[in-house]
Amino acid sequence: MSAALPREPGSAEIAALDAQLQRTWGTGRGLWERLATVDHKIVGRRYVITGFAFFVLAGVLALLMRTQLMKADHELISPDRYNQIFSMHGTTMMFLFAVPIMEAMAVYLVPLMCGTRNISFPRLNAYSYWVYLAGGVMVWIAFLLNVGPETGWFSYVPLAGPEYSAGKRTDFWAQMITFTEVAALAVAVELVATIMKQRAPGMTLARMPLFLWAMLVTSLMVIIAMPAVMLASSFLISDRLIGTHFYNPVEGGDALLWQHLFWFFGHPEVYIIFLPALGMVSSIVITFSRRTIFAYTLMVLALLATGLLAFGLWVHHMFATGLPRLGSSFYTAASMMIAIPSGVQIFSWIATMWDGKPRFQSPLLFVIGFIVIFVLGGLTGVMLAAVPLDLQVHDTYFVVAHFHYVLIGGAVFPLFGAFYYWFPKFTGRMLSERLGRWNFWLFFIGFNVAFFPMHILGLAGMPRRVYTYPSGLGWESLNLLSSLGAFLIGVSVVLFIINVMRSLRVGEPAGDNPWDAPTLEWAMSSPPPPYNFMHVPVVTGREALWQPGPRQVLEGLSPSHREVLCTTALAAEPDIRQPSATPSLWPLWAALATTVWFIGSIFDARAVVWGAFPLAVCLIGWLWPTHPEPFRERSPA
Amino acid sequence: MKHQIVGDVASLPDAAFSHRTLIWWGVLGFILIEGTAFVLAGGSYFFLMNHTTPWPPHRVPPDLLIASCFTALLLLSEIPNVWTDRVAHAERLIPTRIGLAVMTLIGLALIVLRWFEFQHLNIKWDENAYGSIVWALLFLHTVHLLTDWVDTLVLTVFAFIHDLERTHYSDVADNCLYWHFVALAWLPIYGLLYWVPRMLK
Ligand code: HEM
Ligand SMILES: [Cu+2]
Repeated sequence: MSAALPREPGSAEIAALDAQLQRTWGTGRGLWERLATVDHKIVGRRYVITGFAFFVLAGVLALLMRTQLMKADHELISPDRYNQIFSMHGTTMMFLFAVPIMEAMAVYLVPLMCGTRNISFPRLNAYSYWVYLAGGVMVWIAFLLNVGPETGWFSYVPLAGPEYSAGKRTDFWAQMITFTEVAALAVAVELVATIMKQRAPGMTLARMPLFLWAMLVTSLMVIIAMPAVMLASSFLISDRLIGTHFYNPVEGGDALLWQHLFWFFGHPEVYIIFLPALGMVSSIVITFSRRTIFAYTLMVLALLATGLLAFGLWVHHMFATGLPRLGSSFYTAASMMIAIPSGVQIFSWIATMWDGKPRFQSPLLFVIGFIVIFVLGGLTGVMLAAVPLDLQVHDTYFVVAHFHYVLIGGAVFPLFGAFYYWFPKFTGRMLSERLGRWNFWLFFIGFNVAFFPMHILGLAGMPRRVYTYPSGLGWESLNLLSSLGAFLIGVSVVLFIINVMRSLRVGEPAGDNPWDAPTLEWAMSSPPPPYNFMHVPVVTGREALWQPGPRQVLEGLSPSHREVLCTTALAAEPDIRQPSATPSLWPLWAALATTVWFIGSIFDARAVVWGAFPLAVCLIGWLWPTHPEPFRERSPA
Repeated sequence: MKHQIVGDVASLPDAAFSHRTLIWWGVLGFILIEGTAFVLAGGSYFFLMNHTTPWPPHRVPPDLLIASCFTALLLLSEIPNVWTDRVAHAERLIPTRIGLAVMTLIGLALIVLRWFEFQHLNIKWDENAYGSIVWALLFLHTVHLLTDWVDTLVLTVFAFIHDLERTHYSDVADNCLYWHFVALAWLPIYGLLYWVPRMLK
């Protein structure tokens, strides 16, 4: 490379480089190549689609429940089946949809937003997807065979213990946890490493897009929170299968241990779902207001504060267990405090839109829907943080209403906004704006019709998790209304799917950057080429693509070997070139071995030992140090 | 969009040590995950202990001898571990091979000791909650011992049949880092399992 810098690459040079990079990074069409791919975009897309499929499945279960509850004394679904249905709905939504799909979006977007060619550990990423898929498929097959989870999404002992939940149902639930948490933890580590080491030169911490900040905090939360639920469910399954007594009070165990371990994870879990959504909202607000975010530093601090506070709060799920009074007051205060960082962010978004020139297209509509619903959900949340009220409505439909306001308002609305926003990047085509509006309004109205009445039902005393209720309590009309709302949501989701199918074929071509957005994922063609960036982008300001002048880039990464640039963690100065993993089937084999291991141990505890051997073989095959390719010799471009 | 090439990264090194590499961050992430699991398991031990007197319920704590030998050997293993880390950083082939081989042998000895340690807990996992948590903690640590040992073994075999490049030396250094974690994580568990019950007496 002798030409003097700076220089502009000619079109012949660009074409040649593109061809070579396609060969180095591309994934062929053959079956084996697809199974072996480690391209974060392909894996991320699979992850998103699978997560969405689980959302639809869990949604079908929700509609079944709402059909059953539509009228009093309805006998459509038996009590036992109903138990499995609400358990599967909650479990699928939380463990197979919400957390994975947020991480999945990040798997696709984070490397692009960082300006790098692949995620930090591409093979681990592929492994994570296969393990997640296996866990989800396992629990759904079990459910269809009538051995689905039956003790709710948090499987309290003793109900979930060996005495009251005989058979294999809860074992499948517990192993589903193991599968999904392994997958989630792997992605969290990949994201931290990618964000810390693979940011484009010049993207200092103070210039990081808020979505990257949100994913960084989320990943750290996953790393701290998820081990708790894995530990809890391992204790549970060993109580059930090999006769340990962690939760058995007769032999010195304690059921409250489950609650502590579970909620040490379960409360942060809500924020693990919610923080990525906040990152998406910020991205959308900035782009659609055409203005930098108001009070960036405060936004970052709010994300960090939310992440920290979330760990102080798990006990508020246990007010009904009779904690010491001082303890309760402390947790009440802490629970109310978390309203502050959320409030800061909401004000900042509103200020940004106020001061900018907002374009009210589908992504922004979903964001505004989010803000409205979330404020309402937050209000009921602060109400629940007060111990007396919590005791009053504990385990009623008030709680069901509250957490759907938080989860759907706080995560699903931003997620749909994100779908509309990034779909052009994923596919190269725009979604229909008209269907998008229908999608939004049906969802927004349906949602409020479905869930607002539940507050009233809860205050009127309707307990959650009942398969039916007697007539004459005055609950019929509100339940009917709620069910109608649920069906509206169903229609709106179907419209979304139609929109996607249609747009994939005949959608308007998107071009590189249809929204004129400022972050790096919009710097290349849509969908992005397998190598993401032909040259390493240089970031010169917080809104990378809104900086004046030609886009600055660096050359010198190998075109013939998979190589990424690592920068320093804080200042993002170019530091070293690192090889990036090549495609491999080992992650798939390792995931299969993991599956045999986990499912085997449900049926025979000895599998915990022997099942580890095939996995060890796969891991050795996978990690066997390769001799570095001669990537020192570089070919002139 | 016009692109302007303003620099060239080809002259940057293609391998380095510690926090400059991706792998190091990965190892750190997994150490954080597993460290959290240890802390929570230790917390569970205290939680169950607070609900049970006497502790252990049958008043017989695990035997000290083997576990203490294990602890002593584990601590001593830090000497060759630190040395291996040094020679790997210096990229010296023969000493690195020796260090890896020594660490593999020590790991094997520790695994054998651990096997006997399990026999001297004086309790089975299915007798009571105390037995369950004791076995859980020891099991958890053993998993780490085994995984790091397999990793060391693989690196050793590789080092003896190949010349090593800088990335491999870096792998060796990361393996040494992980061993620090395995050793360090053991000390509080050792205290919990062997000394807390004795101090309660
Ligand atoms: C899209 C429309 C949805 C509808 C109509 C719906 C409906 C319901 C209903 C009726 C229940 C109460 C079951 C009972 O207590 O008997 C419920 C429970 C639950 N839902 Fe949803 N839901 C929806 C979406 C979601 C989403 C998106 C999430 C999470 C991201 C979610 C998470 C949960 C959880 C965790 C439970 C508690 C399950 C349990 O009691 O163990 N739901 N849902
Ligand atoms: Cu909570």
